[in-house]
Amino acid sequence: MVDQNAAPASEATGAGIQPMNMIQALNSAIDVKMAEDPDVLSFGEDAGYFGGVFRVTDKLQQKHGLTRSFDAPISECGIVAAAIGMGAYGLRPVVEIQFADYIYPAYDQIVSEAAKMRYRSGGQFTSPITIRSPYGGGIFGGQTHSQSPESLFTHIAGLKVVIPSNPYDAKGLLTAAIEDDDPVVFFEPKRLYNGPFDGWHEKPVSPWKTQDLAQVPTGKYVEPIGKARVMREGNDVTILAYGTMVWVALAGAEHAGVDAEVIDLRSLVPLDIETIEASVKKTGRCVIVHEAPKTSGFGGELSALVQERCFYHLEAPVARVTGWDTPYPHAFEWEYFPGPQRVADALKSVMTGGR
Amino acid sequence: MNDKNMKKNSQPLSLHVPEPAGRPGDAPDFGHLVLDAAGAVERPEVGAKPYEMRDLAFGLIRVLDDAGEAVGPWNPRLDPETLRRGLKAMILTRAFDDRMHRAHRQGKTSFYMKCTGEEAIAVAQGMLLSREDMGFPTYRQQGLLIARGYPLVDMMNQIYSNAADPIKGRQLPIMYSAKDHGFFTISGNLGTQVPQAVGWAMASAYKGDDKIAISWIGDGATAEGDFHNALTFASVYRAPVILNVVNNQWAISSFMGIAGGLETTFASKAIGYGLPALRVDGNDFLAVWAATQWAEERARSNQGATVIELFTYRGAPHSTSDDPSRYRPGDEHDKWPLGDPIERLRQHLVLIGEWDDDRHAEALKAAVEQVRAAGKEAEAIGTLGQSRPSVKTMFEEVYATEDWRLVEQRREVGV
Ligand SMILES: Cc1ncc(C[n+]2csc(CCOP(=O)(O)OP(=O)(O)O)c2C)c(N)n1
Repeated sequence: MVDQNAAPASEATGAGIQPMNMIQALNSAIDVKMAEDPDVLSFGEDAGYFGGVFRVTDKLQQKHGLTRSFDAPISECGIVAAAIGMGAYGLRPVVEIQFADYIYPAYDQIVSEAAKMRYRSGGQFTSPITIRSPYGGGIFGGQTHSQSPESLFTHIAGLKVVIPSNPYDAKGLLTAAIEDDDPVVFFEPKRLYNGPFDGWHEKPVSPWKTQDLAQVPTGKYVEPIGKARVMREGNDVTILAYGTMVWVALAGAEHAGVDAEVIDLRSLVPLDIETIEASVKKTGRCVIVHEAPKTSGFGGELSALVQERCFYHLEAPVARVTGWDTPYPHAFEWEYFPGPQRVADALKSVMTGGR
Repeated sequence: MNDKNMKKNSQPLSLHVPEPAGRPGDAPDFGHLVLDAAGAVERPEVGAKPYEMRDLAFGLIRVLDDAGEAVGPWNPRLDPETLRRGLKAMILTRAFDDRMHRAHRQGKTSFYMKCTGEEAIAVAQGMLLSREDMGFPTYRQQGLLIARGYPLVDMMNQIYSNAADPIKGRQLPIMYSAKDHGFFTISGNLGTQVPQAVGWAMASAYKGDDKIAISWIGDGATAEGDFHNALTFASVYRAPVILNVVNNQWAISSFMGIAGGLETTFASKAIGYGLPALRVDGNDFLAVWAATQWAEERARSNQGATVIELFTYRGAPHSTSDDPSRYRPGDEHDKWPLGDPIERLRQHLVLIGEWDDDRHAEALKAAVEQVRAAGKEAEAIGTLGQSRPSVKTMFEEVYATEDWRLVEQRREVGV
């Protein structure tokens, strides 16, 4: 087991495999890419010398130098805009927004600029940037350290939106994001950084090292963006989830004792519609789980897609388990956070409700 | 390709990334600081034109000298009773911080932020302005509430998100709201309150009212666009507002150079907007008072906004989630050349014969006792997770009136 605070190995070529938590895996992805490609650089608030408040960029400055991993002013708009300029020059900046709740000051730059750069310039300019940001709740962060803003970005043509749920995917997908020629908004479920979390907050959770998906190659590998991962095969109902909710969905299925197929979407844009369609046609039922509020959440889009493509196979209405349409409340964290019990309730209702 | 318009740089460029004077293990180095002697900086007329007083953006207004004597044109000549009230409020603020920081370690709350070393700022400014004026604080102005006698137990109830939390369990600890104490609701998003303060001040002017606004922002957060929006609006509409930048040298692990503090002072940011700027020793209660009074007079006489940089040092960790020994020299705070605000005011009061060691010890004891009593009262109601408002309140006040979605969702939770 690796020490949680130790920096992962920087060999870009090493064939070894190490148990890593998500922080180490993400760090390793940037580290390996920086070693391989001098055009890759990383910056953000507290992200240089200190390695970020969650330590995802730990030691990158010491390893790769001051001008390749550095602290940025507290100006999310400036950070993203600078990244866009660097990207237009030909670099591949990986920037950190300290919490996804603070991505809004950068929203105009992401939405009006990065997303449209290739299209509006007839392909003359592109924005090959990666915007990383920890998101989601479950850490008692109150309203401004808990939000899930992914649907605001999936609505914007020109952006890719990627959300891993485990260390292996985190490294492979972040590597793909850095190599991607489009702007990628990469949300990291911070509740999963140090270990899987299945939503049973009163119960102890096993650490990452015991999970297969925490056995991470130290060298370079790429997980293609746009492919979902079937986390658990099943015949009775399909659960669509991403980020922390993948683990909640697995726990909910187990709790309900339902033969559910759990799909980790991994990437919302592009979306692996084939995997979703095939699964729902097989099971005939679909439950969608996300942490963001229900109204105009990504679940609405998924539900419409399933309905458009699988209507005649459905045996029950599509169900959504989501956060509430309120700001994230500090003291009611566990009532807000969609836990395994709510997933189990939804599963039972689609199993009995449809016919 | 031999186009005249294509110029080739004869030299390769290089990217500059600023670095602080010291890191862990280094000796603290404050050589870069420009510190005027106490009393050295002139005091312009309140109606001075901003361009006539540009030097003040680069000097340092100080009243208390090393011996504790109040000197120079900025001496506000406060009566001893006011000074003693200020000292006691600073002592109480520190005692409160210490207890709540401990409460976090004991698992009684999820988060806390101290203002150690910066107590003079919010306390002096909170005492000076009326509670009719609106303060737009960030998260290190707890001294404002304390100086104005806001009940400590209500602050703790907020921190514990318990059943008596004035904001109903919804906000992160320390994110107080106290409208009738002139304390605007705190946002977790940095910088947003500054242009809002300008808007509030514009509204007061629009209505022909006599209230002014005051806001605070950290040195790091001045990099946000909101700060610059605020300066533009304050200047254009001559808003009756005081815009403080609390330069405590560090923004979590990033030193003030990352926010542009090495190239120029934070006060001087005002110059380009045509606003008057004062740079002030933030650890000197009298200097903070005097500069704020100057800006207050300016605002109240309809001459517009003032930017004040309060030069200080963040002694404690950024928050309970932070360990400063990993990014700055361990003893940097002890070596801070402008000392400790409590010690400096104490020294002054002793010098003028209005305070002594016994009274100080007594004041410390009284503060700890007052905090302990409030703590007992708050803890009897409950700490985080032991007691809280009804879950129903989670669905209330999202909108002014009920929304069918929230009614349905509340029913789903069964409350
Ligand atoms: C818009 C936004 N970006 C980032 C953060 C995260 N954050 C919280 S405090 C902080 C540092 C602030 O430093 P400074 O403004 O100097 O104030 P200080 O904490 O030193 O008093 C950061 C980056 C935030 N709260 N809001």
